[in-house]
Amino acid sequence: MSEEKSAFEKVQKARNSDKISIQKLVSGLTNEFIELHGDRAYGDDSAVYSGIGMIDNQPVTIIGIQKGTNNEENVERHFGSAEPDGYRKALRLMEQAEKFKRPIITLINTPGAYPGVDAEYHGQGYMISQLILKGMQLKTPYISVIIGEGGSGGALALAVGDCVWSFENSIYSVLSPEGYATILWKNSSKVKEAADVMRLTPEELLEDGIIDKIIPEVKNDTDIENFKNMILNKISELSNMSVDDLLKKRFARYRSFK
Amino acid sequence: MKTNKFNTPTTKELELRNQKIPDGLWIKCKSCGENIYYKDLGKFKECPNCSYGMRLGAKERIEMICDDFEQINSDITVPSRFDDDKYQNKIKKAKDVTGLNESVITGFGKINGHKVGLAVMDSRFIMASLGIATGELLAKLFEGATEKQLPVIVFTASGGARMQEGINSLMQMAKVSEAINEHSKAGLLYISLITDPTFGGVTASFAMQGDIIISEPKASIGFAGRRVIENTIQQRPPEDFQQAETLLKNGFLDAIIKRSNLKSELSKILAIHEGGA
Repeated sequence: MSEEKSAFEKVQKARNSDKISIQKLVSGLTNEFIELHGDRAYGDDSAVYSGIGMIDNQPVTIIGIQKGTNNEENVERHFGSAEPDGYRKALRLMEQAEKFKRPIITLINTPGAYPGVDAEYHGQGYMISQLILKGMQLKTPYISVIIGEGGSGGALALAVGDCVWSFENSIYSVLSPEGYATILWKNSSKVKEAADVMRLTPEELLEDGIIDKIIPEVKNDTDIENFKNMILNKISELSNMSVDDLLKKRFARYRSFK
Repeated sequence: MKTNKFNTPTTKELELRNQKIPDGLWIKCKSCGENIYYKDLGKFKECPNCSYGMRLGAKERIEMICDDFEQINSDITVPSRFDDDKYQNKIKKAKDVTGLNESVITGFGKINGHKVGLAVMDSRFIMASLGIATGELLAKLFEGATEKQLPVIVFTASGGARMQEGINSLMQMAKVSEAINEHSKAGLLYISLITDPTFGGVTASFAMQGDIIISEPKASIGFAGRRVIENTIQQRPPEDFQQAETLLKNGFLDAIIKRSNLKSELSKILAIHEGGA
């Protein structure tokens, strides 16, 4: 792994536009992937990229929250901030994965759930609460990976799996360092200081038991191959457990945060 | 020479008289803006004009709702590793004002004879934000209620996750949800009672996870704060935005119940879930 970086450098790297896109990651991981759309209630949020596919011989459901690769996409996807219909689509596909006993992989790169008027009208808080509640009960292996930004409740909604991994250049936090500096210090320019005290880097999160593993940054095909093998190994480990044990262990993971 | 047959007080006398009038006789309703004589609020502290329920301390709320109540785990408080001076001062202030060790009171009590597990958040304690100890108290309440086979009622009021405790506070959303899962799997009832104001991580977890979700008139409920949204969309959302009445209309609440009717309505719901026994 690379040399020590300041927390703020991690924040910048996590947000950098050269970060691998969720689509690219998915196409590298899978030999087959079919995108599935829609929440069957209201709409189809393109901030949530999701579907079914095969990783080698292993069927999986993959759900990602993604930023755009250009301006147009970013506007469409609210810079990777999902709306309630995106979360509802995620929940629908998770429950479908459970039905077919398919492992679930979530790939997270979001600054947070979208703060908009329509999002509030359509139950942003409710949908996140349901993803947390129901996600934790899914009777199938569930692996969460923070790819870039893991922003607040909007990220947690897809990060209540059996294990939570972080890419080397990623952050996971209760709110953005900008928000932290503004709210707690009334000074939005103290972003660096905020990043320093928030313990949002993968190394700190691992030390605090919030995440279970740091994944070397995925940039090329070799990295993807390594990442793929980690996922396959974890799936096979989790699949060997009885459903009761799987859920017990998952519940214990989240009960332990003191 | 006096021209007035009445004794008109001088300006100075008027000032002196004004000083003798105690403060707090007139209370401005946060919701409709009406000035209300304090006695007109009645014992439930409801606005006679718009039915908005004034914010209450947790102990005051419990007295309104319960016949009897026994607090549990009252000693649980903020973990000592959070030793930042500014945060410590905030905690000390909150403890002094509320007489509590954390932002929520949990325990077991009776509502018109019906046994329940009860949690009441106190917005005077750092905006009743969801800290590690808050999460622990709530998780323990649900676990205790699962063991005792009792329903749970949680009165929420919160600004959301507690920033000072960082990502640990975010994890409390999952921790409390886990305990609610176990309680729910045992076939037990959870009533979420959302009071003014409930936002952020609390809305996005246990406030919205009740089998039945009730609110009080004109309560503010939302995920993102109004100012954050205004900054994002660069315009002002409508007045009734994030108001209980709007959430009811949009399908996110089962009912809005006036505070003065709350105890009797809650006992009806509890009775139905006791199979009429």
